[in-house]
Amino acid sequence: MQDLINFLQHPGLTHFLILSGLLFSFGIFAILTRRNAIMVLMGVELVLNAANINFVAFSRYVTTSLDGHVVAIFVIILAAAEAAIALAIILNIYQNFNTVNVDEINKLKD
Amino acid sequence: MELYTIIFYFFTVITLGSTCIVVFSRNIVRAAFALLFAFFGVAGIYIFLLADFIAVTQLLIYVGGIMVLILFSVMLTSHQINVDAKTGVIQTLPAILISACIGGGLVWVFWITDWKVNSQLPIVETTAPKIGEMLLTKYLLPFEVASVILLVALIGAAMIARREKKV
Repeated sequence: MQDLINFLQHPGLTHFLILSGLLFSFGIFAILTRRNAIMVLMGVELVLNAANINFVAFSRYVTTSLDGHVVAIFVIILAAAEAAIALAIILNIYQNFNTVNVDEINKLKD
Repeated sequence: MELYTIIFYFFTVITLGSTCIVVFSRNIVRAAFALLFAFFGVAGIYIFLLADFIAVTQLLIYVGGIMVLILFSVMLTSHQINVDAKTGVIQTLPAILISACIGGGLVWVFWITDWKVNSQLPIVETTAPKIGEMLLTKYLLPFEVASVILLVALIGAAMIARREKKV
């Protein structure tokens, strides 16, 4: 018990890693359960953020180089591109099917 | 209890609390706005990790760009905003099992591993000049590829989202 209190009082690498692990599993949960395609996309963004926290945390605590930061920037760039494309696809699907529920969209073409 | 610890838990609670709202709220507009606060919390976490440039980038791109995109598409795809803004859930039980296994496994591994932590604190300075230097030397090729990817994504998104001409 004393160990746990001591652990909680000194934020270190493990705290950030556990935070990112929880964020990751929440994101997976959103991807698996949500019916709305936009909510699935939000889950993907949460997962990407969790991975980014890991990169930056290891860059801060394990190495002194900034390679993790650069990788995090590339992840953010790809997340932006992915969000733009995915939302364009979702809008197009909405125009064709009049719904964005992922379990009702089961045809490539009418 | 140091101030550092208190602020760390403040940002952690903001991040995880709004993530819970994102995941469990049935109102999609509320979930989208909670995601905004989750991104803010993650930006605070980046500042704790001495990553000032990443934190600002997070605010600019996620909060300023991706959130606006998501909110736009939420508004555009829910036809009666008061009725259909709610979104259902599917496969709750297997999803809880899978994500609890993933989350529990990750936390367990993070907990038991003896990380080789570098004890000396890096010299606190702004990271932007160093990152810019690395982007133009060591990571020049990925940097160029990323710019091409952004261009392709821009054109592709405009192509896909454009309304088809009625023939």
